[in-house]
Amino acid sequence: MSKIELKVNGRSHTLDVEPDTPLLYILRNDLDLRGPRFGCGLGQCGACKVIINGAAVFSCITPVSSVKDEVTTLEGLSQNGRLDPLQQAWIDEQAPQCGFCQNGQIITAKALLDKNPHPTDAEIREAMNGTLCRCMSYFRVQSAIKRAMKTRADGSSADATEVVA
Amino acid sequence: MSSSDTLLKHIEDLLVTHRRGFLKSAGLLAVSLGVFGASAIEGAEVPSSNPAGSRGPYRDPDFHQIDSWIVVHEDNTATFYVGTTDPGQGTGTCFRQLMSDELDIAFDKTTCIMGSTDITVDQVGSGGSYALERNSWPMRRVAAEARRVLLEMASKHLGAPVDQLAVNDAVITVKADTSKRVTYGELIAGKKFNVALTGSNINRITGQAKTKSNPELKYGGQSFQRDDIPPKVDGSLKWAVDVKLPGMVHARNVKPPFACAKLTGIDESSVKSLPGFIKVVSKGNYVAVVCEREEQAIRAARQLKTTWQKPKTAPFPASEDLFNYMRTAAPVEIPASPGESEPTSESRHAVEADSGLRSHAPQHAASADSGIHVPSSKPPAARNPQMRAPVSGPMVVGNPDTAFSGAAKIIEAEYEIPFQGHTAFAGAHALADPSNGQMTVYTNDMKSYSMRRGIATFLGMPHDSVRVVWMMGPQGFGRSAAEDAAFEAAWIARQIGRPVRMQWMREEESAWDTKGPAFLVKMRGALDGAGNLVAYDFHARSCDHNHVGYNEPDSVLIAQLMGIRRAKPAAGSAAMPSDMYAIPNRKMVGEVVGLPMLWETPLRTGNLRDPNGPQPTFAAESFIDEAAAAAKTDPLEFRLKMLKAGTHDDAAFRRARSIAVLEAAAKIYGWDARPSPKRIGKEDILTGRGMAYSFRGNTVVAEIAEVEVNRQTGHVWAKRLVCAHDCGFVVNPVSLRHTVECCMLHGLSRAICEEVRFDTEKVTSRDWFSYQTLRHVDVPERIDIVLVNGDPKPDRPDLPPYGAGEASLKPTLAAIANAIFDATGVRIRRVPFRQERVLAALKAAGV
Repeated sequence: MSKIELKVNGRSHTLDVEPDTPLLYILRNDLDLRGPRFGCGLGQCGACKVIINGAAVFSCITPVSSVKDEVTTLEGLSQNGRLDPLQQAWIDEQAPQCGFCQNGQIITAKALLDKNPHPTDAEIREAMNGTLCRCMSYFRVQSAIKRAMKTRADGSSADATEVVA
Repeated sequence: MSSSDTLLKHIEDLLVTHRRGFLKSAGLLAVSLGVFGASAIEGAEVPSSNPAGSRGPYRDPDFHQIDSWIVVHEDNTATFYVGTTDPGQGTGTCFRQLMSDELDIAFDKTTCIMGSTDITVDQVGSGGSYALERNSWPMRRVAAEARRVLLEMASKHLGAPVDQLAVNDAVITVKADTSKRVTYGELIAGKKFNVALTGSNINRITGQAKTKSNPELKYGGQSFQRDDIPPKVDGSLKWAVDVKLPGMVHARNVKPPFACAKLTGIDESSVKSLPGFIKVVSKGNYVAVVCEREEQAIRAARQLKTTWQKPKTAPFPASEDLFNYMRTAAPVEIPASPGESEPTSESRHAVEADSGLRSHAPQHAASADSGIHVPSSKPPAARNPQMRAPVSGPMVVGNPDTAFSGAAKIIEAEYEIPFQGHTAFAGAHALADPSNGQMTVYTNDMKSYSMRRGIATFLGMPHDSVRVVWMMGPQGFGRSAAEDAAFEAAWIARQIGRPVRMQWMREEESAWDTKGPAFLVKMRGALDGAGNLVAYDFHARSCDHNHVGYNEPDSVLIAQLMGIRRAKPAAGSAAMPSDMYAIPNRKMVGEVVGLPMLWETPLRTGNLRDPNGPQPTFAAESFIDEAAAAAKTDPLEFRLKMLKAGTHDDAAFRRARSIAVLEAAAKIYGWDARPSPKRIGKEDILTGRGMAYSFRGNTVVAEIAEVEVNRQTGHVWAKRLVCAHDCGFVVNPVSLRHTVECCMLHGLSRAICEEVRFDTEKVTSRDWFSYQTLRHVDVPERIDIVLVNGDPKPDRPDLPPYGAGEASLKPTLAAIANAIFDATGVRIRRVPFRQERVLAALKAAGV
């Protein structure tokens, strides 16, 4: 065991854990976060993704001791109680089915749009391709990303069509 | 503030209010699941079914009491307690819509709690796409009865007869003088309804009140945002994987490295000095390690040295030899009486209640005119006795032999569909808490009630000592490994006396979860001189012997590994196509074969979304397309002609609705009427369109796929998908559209990606690369969903809601295969249509 310093969603933590412990288990079991989740433990599906230095990172294969910069999780995306435009777009598009993978979908999309605010459809597909969904919500997720691109550009929230409540 | 924010805030306030209201109330007892520090519904108060509270024993909530279903609070809000689960299709929101309608209360003043065995009545959980078709009806009748009782109470309170009263949003007024008013909350004021319902079983439960007709519904039929989505996207939802209890430990399995292997040794010293190590637990061939922390358990399970003995003969053929094996294997003997293969009384309850999943026998109607009994217009419950037949056939209509001998043209084809997996997005998981000599299991399994009975039997505990708390999790597409993990967690928790969290690793989940059965289907058809399909021979073989049921204590994987064997393995089933074509002569046979070894094998079959639907439908609807091509007829015209040749329809108008969905799909697509294939050009990208149609229960679906096939690589892209879907009354259109869309894409994934691979001793599809599923780049650029709501003839009565969680998966495989044929002239009869397979077929055909 050794002392590890970790900054997550604006808060600093000192932990006494094995340095090779994957970041995922620290976030979930020590810091009680629910956004990043175990999907494969192999860096293949994206359920565990977090943002470090602007990149969407597989926390399931990242040793906690290697993390030197602040970690942002799904819980850290909302600012002052206001959802990130991506999260709002996910609600407006009613994107999830079971929703278990959506942490990875949203985090990957966030890293994409922060780097490239106006990706083409092909760029969206390519950037999202390593993020899996077993309920096949892909089409909805891509629609939600396009909606969020608009709201980020307008600075306003586009109203959901179709939905009455 | 968006409506979803309002909703969340409302639920939060509501739950706090419940607590306040509760403490004031003598009629309801405070029972919080949070006693041990964790809860599915923290802070929520519950009906009075279990006054002893969370310490057990846990009596069954009495479904004959309104109070077990509905609690009206003093602040004029209501909580619905229903015995189902919502694996992600938004059915929980639909229940709120319908119950709010029947109770006459504003939708945003209600909340819904699902699937915890000690506080919600036993409606089995979810499955069979029955949420709205079957399970919503008792909910609606109880809510309507609660409204009736409240009106009677108001009549006394306001001194006016009931027929002089009006209800709006849980406020009752005297019609003639609206200043005279009383709210539901004031009337019930913390008391219980204490009103008994009638009905011999939960699906028949009713009061005196009548439910509303479709046009009378205010919320039913409207698009509401799903109430579970906001907490799923902001990270606040507490999933089954998130439950933490004081003193909880982590367990991981050590699976046999080979199928049917015998454990010959465990070297505990290989892990004893690891940090956090607690114990190796083992019985028979079952082995797991328990550690304080999760990553410690993962490490210990990987490091534990075990020795195993391989079986003397190979437990199964390698996946590339599977269909040859299935061709020559002897079919399983069919039990003399239907249902004989159902193994235990424990499992029977779940199987019966969900029998639509197990067998599609009654849907094998050759046509409405065929003379074959077509009972499917009745509610599913009434069909159960016939649905129990594990293997059906031969079913004969007309005189196929004579028709074949007089045919102008005979066509033959054989289709192969491999094992496909659940491969749930996360490893199977559960948390089991053995506190107070009871057992509480937190799970995402969609059938919490049979899990409770199964685990109690497995552990030898009284049933009322066990409760199962359902929480959200990854998927819920049938009999997944979530059940196996829950039994394992509970058994280990009993061994070590501490709460145990079990989770399967990716390679376990992909290799050892239950599989949808492989199918081999031979078909033969006879065309007359005018190109009519006059005879049809369908012969299916499924590799499905020892199909595991739901939460069976004698078929769950840990039981198998411990050496438990039921007297007779479940026979399994082979379904037949579901269509309404008027084909005058038909012969249809369904047979089941088994692998050489049936126990302790990773090739266990179990229900996977539309369990027996996609396989026979792929064969049958591909074959109809082959027949249309042989007759040089447009495939839409060919189908419509056979549907319109019928003269009778069933009570759900499935023949008329089949015609309607095909025409609707063709219209929205802009179908170009011509025979397939189209003229093959010289370009690298070949495009084509194909259609397929089927029904599941009373839900009728037609799909059209437009594909691009790269002749250089064999890569297939479904560029556009169209689905015309008729599931009767639509409760929540936006929610339904998304469910249908994702379900159809699940079909696309099974069409072009999914296949379980194995050698002769183990499954080799062990992760997301070796078991491929659909990805973002594979998604169509356009999807059109048309909700063909109800019967096309306006003089017929309203249709009720039918199931919608599975039907749109069914025709997708054939629609894609038919589109590939249209584009290339090459028929792909083997699923999945991976690019190397398609390329080889194109090359062989000289395309």
